[in-house]
Amino acid sequence: MSGHTHAGPIDRDRGCIGMWLFICTEILLFGGLFLLYSVYRYKNPADFHAASQDLSRFSGTLNTIVLITSSLSAALAVHELREGRAARSKLFIWATILLALTFLTVKGFEWAAKFEHGLYPNAAHLLSLPPGQILFFGLYFTMTGLHAIHVIVGMGIFGYGLRALSRGKIDAEHPVLVENATLFWHLVDVIWIFLFPLFYLIS
Amino acid sequence: MSDTKIERKPGYRTYFAVYAALVGLTAVTVTSASLDIGRLAIAVVLAIAGTKSVLVLLYFMHLRYEKRLLVKILMPIVVVTLAVFIGLTYTDILYR
Repeated sequence: MSGHTHAGPIDRDRGCIGMWLFICTEILLFGGLFLLYSVYRYKNPADFHAASQDLSRFSGTLNTIVLITSSLSAALAVHELREGRAARSKLFIWATILLALTFLTVKGFEWAAKFEHGLYPNAAHLLSLPPGQILFFGLYFTMTGLHAIHVIVGMGIFGYGLRALSRGKIDAEHPVLVENATLFWHLVDVIWIFLFPLFYLIS
Repeated sequence: MSDTKIERKPGYRTYFAVYAALVGLTAVTVTSASLDIGRLAIAVVLAIAGTKSVLVLLYFMHLRYEKRLLVKILMPIVVVTLAVFIGLTYTDILYR
């Protein structure tokens, strides 16, 4: 990845293994949160059911499609890069970043609507709800918030990748940075694939 | 490079097919949520999410084309580890 090269296949292999190991730790991190969710849900089925109805199924579905589409464009960016078409690869990375921004915008409106209804951590209205609903919204904000941070980080890595592409540091022979950014991005997609049904569809 | 039985690199057709499947499964999961199938709903929704994740991992993340043993075994290890966490937690919760 760095400038001084013993590039080639060995370097490339090592780079991806590092990202895969990181992805495993990420899965365990979110896995723990999903476990927490499932236990609280098991203990408070009615409250989780009721609270989940406050979430907008429309924006959840919209964001799912947006994120899946961004995963497609990320995959195509790597494909084009490996085929040696850097310009098209850059276009697909831009598309991915714009879709990520769309995701965050939808998420932002969604959170803003919750805030307006007095649903945010420690809000007086939220604290007046039954305990199970407080837990639901606590988990909702924690997990979608942590996920949103991952989206922002992913955009940053893609932005860095774009710069490296423009400077000619990345090409078909040295694609590791873009490959890893994309692996990370697909992970962000996979996490949302589970977040979406569990928070938006269970009611 | 040439010692593989399967196609080495997926192309546009594969990526778009996977994309179509992901969108289709999203539609199925949203529809299934509005049906009244009671307790079964959570199982359906999780099964679909699992299928979608496997598709992303195999094709978008290229695990299907992966040849390095270390990378191939990582996901099974993580899934088993999570299963142990979840299993032990639930034996505690259900039989306490």
